[in-house]
Amino acid sequence: MATLAPIATAPLERLHDTWEARPGLYGILATVDHKTIGKRYLVTSLIFLVLGGIEALIMRAQLTHANAHLLSPGAYDQLFTMHGITMIFWYASPVLSGFSNYIWPLMLGSRDMAYPRVNALSYWTFLASGIFIYTALCIGQAPNAGWFAYAPMTLRPFDPGLNMDFYALGLIFLTVSTTIGAINFIGTVMKMRAPGMSLNRLPIFVYGTMTASFAAVFSLPALTVATTYLYFERHFHMHFFDAAQGGSPLLWQHLFWMFGHPWVYIIVLPAMGMVSEMVPTFCRRPLVAYPYVAMSTIATGIIGFGVWVHHMFATGLPGVSMSFFSGASIIIAIPSAIAVFAWIATMWLGTPVWKTPMMFVAGFVVRFVIGGVSGVVTAAVPFDWQVTDTYFVVAHIHYVLIGINVFPVVAAFYYWMPKMTGRMMSETLGKWNFWTMFIGFNLGFFPMHISGLLGMPRRVYTYPASAGWGSVNLITTIGSAVFAVGVLLFVINIFVSLRRGAFAGSNPWHAGTLEWAMESPPPPYNFAVIPIIRSRLPLWEDQLGDETPGMIPGEGHSHVSEGVVLAEGRETFGTSPLEAHPLHVLHMPEDSMFPFLLAVAMLGTAYGLVFSLWWLAILGGIGMLACLIGWLWPRHLVTGERA
Amino acid sequence: MPRLSRRLAPSAGALGSCALAGCTPLNVLAHDGVTGSRETGLGWFLVIVSCAVICIITILVLVAYARSRKRRTRDDAVFAGSSGVPWVMWGGVVIPGIVLLLTFIFTIGTLDAVAAPTRSPAATVKVIGHQWWWEVRYEGTGPSHTVVTANEIHVPVGQPVKLELTTNDVIHSFWVPALAGKTDIIPGQTNTTWIEARHTGVFGGTCGEYCGAQHAHMQMRVIADSPGDFQKWLADEAAPAAKPADPTAADGLRVFMTSGCANCHTIRGTGSGGGVGPDLTHIASRTTIAAGTLPNTQANLMGWILAAQAIKPGSDMPSMPLPSRDLQSLAAYLETLR
Amino acid sequence: MTSVAYDRTIQLGGEGRAPGWWAMVWTIATEAALFGFLLFSFFYLGSQSRSAWPPDGPLKLTLSLPNTILLILSSIAYMWGERGIRAGNQERLRLGLFIAFILGLAFIIIQGIEWSKQPFGAGDGAFGSLFYTITGFHGAHVIIGLCMNVLVQIWAARGTFTRESHLALTNAGMYWHFVDIVWLFVFSSLYISPRLG
Repeated sequence: MATLAPIATAPLERLHDTWEARPGLYGILATVDHKTIGKRYLVTSLIFLVLGGIEALIMRAQLTHANAHLLSPGAYDQLFTMHGITMIFWYASPVLSGFSNYIWPLMLGSRDMAYPRVNALSYWTFLASGIFIYTALCIGQAPNAGWFAYAPMTLRPFDPGLNMDFYALGLIFLTVSTTIGAINFIGTVMKMRAPGMSLNRLPIFVYGTMTASFAAVFSLPALTVATTYLYFERHFHMHFFDAAQGGSPLLWQHLFWMFGHPWVYIIVLPAMGMVSEMVPTFCRRPLVAYPYVAMSTIATGIIGFGVWVHHMFATGLPGVSMSFFSGASIIIAIPSAIAVFAWIATMWLGTPVWKTPMMFVAGFVVRFVIGGVSGVVTAAVPFDWQVTDTYFVVAHIHYVLIGINVFPVVAAFYYWMPKMTGRMMSETLGKWNFWTMFIGFNLGFFPMHISGLLGMPRRVYTYPASAGWGSVNLITTIGSAVFAVGVLLFVINIFVSLRRGAFAGSNPWHAGTLEWAMESPPPPYNFAVIPIIRSRLPLWEDQLGDETPGMIPGEGHSHVSEGVVLAEGRETFGTSPLEAHPLHVLHMPEDSMFPFLLAVAMLGTAYGLVFSLWWLAILGGIGMLACLIGWLWPRHLVTGERA
Repeated sequence: MPRLSRRLAPSAGALGSCALAGCTPLNVLAHDGVTGSRETGLGWFLVIVSCAVICIITILVLVAYARSRKRRTRDDAVFAGSSGVPWVMWGGVVIPGIVLLLTFIFTIGTLDAVAAPTRSPAATVKVIGHQWWWEVRYEGTGPSHTVVTANEIHVPVGQPVKLELTTNDVIHSFWVPALAGKTDIIPGQTNTTWIEARHTGVFGGTCGEYCGAQHAHMQMRVIADSPGDFQKWLADEAAPAAKPADPTAADGLRVFMTSGCANCHTIRGTGSGGGVGPDLTHIASRTTIAAGTLPNTQANLMGWILAAQAIKPGSDMPSMPLPSRDLQSLAAYLETLR
Repeated sequence: MTSVAYDRTIQLGGEGRAPGWWAMVWTIATEAALFGFLLFSFFYLGSQSRSAWPPDGPLKLTLSLPNTILLILSSIAYMWGERGIRAGNQERLRLGLFIAFILGLAFIIIQGIEWSKQPFGAGDGAFGSLFYTITGFHGAHVIIGLCMNVLVQIWAARGTFTRESHLALTNAGMYWHFVDIVWLFVFSSLYISPRLG
């Protein structure tokens, strides 16, 4: 028990000097500031989005008409595989990690994430793994068996190049990044909240990323195991998937989808959470049915572990198991329906202000429903036998991933960029951006439902004119081009706003959550004083008074601009997991080169393993060990607790 | 539920006739088979329910937009508003719950109905998926009654036919949309499915699982014959190849035996026994070559032999730069293999 | 305590774990899931196997059973040492850590002998591949645990740990116990379960 006594003013200069990264190269490589890391995540994942988009456009050019010869089948196979893994692994999840990294501590009233160095490592390994996988494309040996890479086609006899070695090692590499990132989010939500921010006052965005992080912790090992088997089978003549040697091709499918289906929710739940932040702000009222939305987020994460077999309905499973997994896959629509109606009710019962982010959110709601119902369609086993592995599923996955990930992400850029840069993005350009993306998206992807129902299998590099798919594919290609223009407008708007955007001030949208309390962009220390929280929407308390959700009568109001300073080095509160009662003052780590060096060593190991340069792999391994020891050596981990 | 699917059947039939006319031969919603029609009935139900849900939500969002334009307030004003929980209870739980329950019941019912034919199958056909073609075997009482063909499956109309699906290379998926949904073909296991065509005709099919470079060129056809025609076809196919009747054809047989073709292909009755490529004993009776890539004409046949790697890059069939006289005799000989 | 508030004071205190403790808990959770999927593969391929599983009959327990006991004893030694520091006894901590290290090292050496004595190699069918992969994964975890143990021993020798403050010790201990417990699962799956079938 300790009591912190008052002083007169917060020593802002001291805080600034304590928290700011050193200038120069050292500061760039060694910084552990969650805001810097968050921005790096965002920029890097947007680059991957553009790369994946270019791959898609090349494929669309090939598919514009029947019997096209723009691409060889081998090139097409590499393109669709790279497109898939780039978007799913190197864009969709990292972009959400970027937002969570940047926003979480601001939203939670903390000065940093729980494990700042782990956070830096998570980013550097993400970047390094991306460089690694794109090395494959640069040397013409990119993965080529589809993003879900069904064995045995991935084994040496059918795929002798380095292609699938890059796939296996690249994904193991990325898994390290994602797993430690997820542990960091969990640790942060458990320990790093402002005093008083109990579970019923957590923003839904936090619930979304938290659920996704739990799901990642338990599902990613399945991918690690599967890809490790793949690498071993390809390199060391072991047998896991080769049926002739007692293995089973279905082992890959089970492991992959035990990971893969939770992964779908990992890349949509945080995005849905972001929507649940934006909807109340622009509808000028608290979110309808907050506890239901929070619980449905968690329920989705849990049920998401019980539906993997719906990717395998055509593999000849027993009927009982198909009925079970069909039922589970149908039931998972309920939590999503709850969220959808909470948003719609918030729009109806509030007074929506149609700024650009809100336009994207409204567009998202419609797309979410289309992606959702087509998901139910594929959960109905006998019809799934017809549409699985056709363009119907391609349409479904794009409505889910673009509809539920990209649109909220673009909305979130419009919403939070002013906080990050201090400047607003253009509303005029934003509306143009919205309509081109919305029209282009529906023009490009809705017809894919039709081409799927007309029997077009996915992953065909060309098709005969007699199949009758020419006109739908032409429309799809035109739509994808329009969509690409929309993305271009978005990127242009970002650059324009950096230079010429109107100054945002601390709270341009008059939002209610904590990240809008400090100036934009936030100072290195986030909060001059650690706020004390008494409701879910601290910045709306002055207007809503006792009606503010999460407020307990008699407990008083939140204190945002007055509170505890904590300025003896990098300090913030460690709070209890449920009630966010302050337990101790945490001493956060200083900047460090070890995360960067460790990622470099891992990259060396990965290159060593893929090219069978064993000396390099061993050298990398030694480097990793040395970095870890150096990392763990300092005082704070040995004496991390301070009573 | 069955009543609903029957009511939807006419509209499905309209699309179906389009499919039979050949504009979109793989149309999922056009059906002829017994299992295909059950799956399509479920499909129409799902498509209609989905469209209804999408329309309702879109209207709700548009109305929210329209309403808000009338009531402008100050941008920074906030209101607590009413709880709105009934929206979530009705719209998010009760109504979707009912719709989803109906969907589940319909799904389970269809699953049960298509699980097995009501009568014992009239024939059992072994289908072996290869990169990138289909081997089709009708195992008779002895080697002389065994029929081996490729990329075309003949079945008697109005009778269930059992298919045993295997592969020795990678995963493929058997799919003839009008007759049945996909059944994966997986190394190390034998999956079975069944089809029953209601009318005579030709039904398009294709590989439904990405299986490598030429997945796009792995089509096949199911041809439903009258029972009499089917028996006759079976008997014809079981016979060894006819002896060449004219000198050109005889020369073609010589080319076949000496240019390497026989290393990979079999023409029963000639002494060739290659097992890599399709059995060519009755190749002239088939409608396509290279797994549905080209119509089976003499010109296409010659083009395929000469430049297979240009037409289907990556396939096991090499481009064979034969002298033009040899090529012509070979094609002429193959044309005689009815 | 010098860091302070203005306008109000705030009460600190209550029971709660440090963030670093939670980091280890969730690391262990994801590692446990990893072994869960490894063992799932083992049982899945076993259930699909058309030949004997394992191919040469159940694996011998002559080395593996005593080895299992060694690992359990190692965990107990670690716990004993950790209890020591909680009572402020530095000597007991150092001794406990050292015994835990020696027993762990013995485990890994015996595991090496066990590998060399198997009649099958890693390339001889699915069972062999799984056996070497799963025990190899576990062995790698034992080696990581031993590395942690060495670090903790160095820190213990320098008197870094006190009665109140020994998070690194607790974390390395949790990891070591996890490696021990997961071995019980691996052992009962690979060695015992084929005997029950």
